[in-house]
Amino acid sequence: MNGATASHRDDVLLELDDISMSFGKVQALAGIGMKVRKGEIHSVIGPNGAGKTVMMNCINGIYQPQIGNVNYKGEKINKLRPHKRAALGISRTFQKIELFGGMTVLDNIRLGRHMHLKTGLISGAFWKGKTQKEEIEAREFIEEEIIDFLEISHIRKKTVHMLPYGLQKRVELGRALAFDPELLLLDEPLAGLNLEEVEDMARYILDLNEEKRWKMTIILVEHDMGVVMDLSNRVLVLNFGNAIMDGTPDEVRQNPEVIKAYLGEEDLYATRR
Amino acid sequence: MDLTLLLWAVANGVMVGSIYGLIALGWVLIYKCSGVLNLAMGELTLIGAYLCLTIYTFLIKIGHPLPFASALFLTLLACIVMGYLTERIFLDRLIGEPVLTVIMMTVGLMFVFRGLVGLIWSTDTRIFDPPVFSYDAFIVGGIIIERVYLWSMVAALSLWIIFYLFFKYTPWGLSMQATADDEMAALSLGISVRFVYSAAWIIAFMTAAVGGAFLGAKNGLNISVGELSLLVLPAVVLGGLNSVPGAIVGGIVIGVLQELSGFLLDPYFPGGVKDTAPYVFMVLFLLFKPYGLWGWVRIERV
Repeated sequence: MNGATASHRDDVLLELDDISMSFGKVQALAGIGMKVRKGEIHSVIGPNGAGKTVMMNCINGIYQPQIGNVNYKGEKINKLRPHKRAALGISRTFQKIELFGGMTVLDNIRLGRHMHLKTGLISGAFWKGKTQKEEIEAREFIEEEIIDFLEISHIRKKTVHMLPYGLQKRVELGRALAFDPELLLLDEPLAGLNLEEVEDMARYILDLNEEKRWKMTIILVEHDMGVVMDLSNRVLVLNFGNAIMDGTPDEVRQNPEVIKAYLGEEDLYATRR
Repeated sequence: MDLTLLLWAVANGVMVGSIYGLIALGWVLIYKCSGVLNLAMGELTLIGAYLCLTIYTFLIKIGHPLPFASALFLTLLACIVMGYLTERIFLDRLIGEPVLTVIMMTVGLMFVFRGLVGLIWSTDTRIFDPPVFSYDAFIVGGIIIERVYLWSMVAALSLWIIFYLFFKYTPWGLSMQATADDEMAALSLGISVRFVYSAAWIIAFMTAAVGGAFLGAKNGLNISVGELSLLVLPAVVLGGLNSVPGAIVGGIVIGVLQELSGFLLDPYFPGGVKDTAPYVFMVLFLLFKPYGLWGWVRIERV
């Protein structure tokens, strides 16, 4: 299922142009370049501390790289704050779950959709007419598509912090989908899940990428090598802030440097499966 | 003991407490959204109150038919500007810095604002002249109720309802709730945290101004009104630092406590029982319920 078709098309959705970022003396990213093409699943792997999450934060705007550019659809978005980038269609999940713990599953997802409601300030404030219609449409959209898709209709009224970890991960994915993003950043979506949950989540990710309804471009940060190699069109390998290589899963598997830096530990990851 | 007098103390306490509750609401909002203890709240009260008084005096001079209501309304509009500017100029740059830095900034603001108030309005006590509310009180079931208290409560109640509707039914209110809950997630969903912080400061300015105006209309206005709104601290400690309903209930309880302790204990300890009782209560309360009545208890999962 490696979509050779996708990687040959050259319409780049997101480009990291030689970005660097350091915190004090720690160089978290040293001149990373990456091109994510429309419709592909581009994974980022690397040992802990390689700079994967820092990279996600640079794309989503929580950090702004000190050197280099982040381009989205050919436009420089370096200086945009996170909420502006979300409005452009970049959505994400977090390595450590960041949900609105006190709200229900439905409210969490609804909040994700809420920024898509477009009405004037005054009518928005007084909840009349057009706003109400949009709200109803948004609700239908959320309930029918996301909740069905992620199979979480049985917990829709439950408060999020009461749910088991695996379901919380799923709700967080649902919330990231709610504003119908074009680019989805998944930061370790499988971490801490059991085998069955991993299989479910991998299936959701694949469906999001392939199904006609979603067709999302996905950047996946993950340690689970089996899933990464199965799902990805391309894989970027990081080690201590440096990009070791960027290629198809097969190329990555055969690269001696990668094996040395990362895959040598495959036994470690194999225990999970 | 005279039951009517006791009821009178309680009724007054509820009404003056509703003003504390209102100011506490503004305080809690800033704390909830940004984790910042705003120590300049008393000074926001002062600024709002003096501004209202100035506009009131001016409106009286030109013979406006509704001087106090209009003055209050114009003050609220000014609060939008002042809240926005305060956040933008002094606090926006500190987003992402350690919370302690931001708290020290509010301490700095406290002195700056207090100095400014002294410079502009001098330090003599000023009164709303002519008085806003007539001195003939209502008598309900033998309990004497002053008009200024009654109107304070009406004002506090209507603002509570307005803010409640704001949080419940507007996208902006929802953004504020979301940011208070999880800032990182809010950012990733396209909520501007900057906007939320500005809104919190604007609302804090508004609640403080209304509170200050009524406290000033009751007793006259000088720098010590700012110290009065330090009473938000026991109020929010009681309610739990991050609970909006808690702030309101806490404010009312503190008001009642103040009036009751004045009424019951003053004969034995003449002087300032009324002023110290809330703080003594706060200390005792903290010993037994450190998270307040409705605060979030932090549970560490290992």
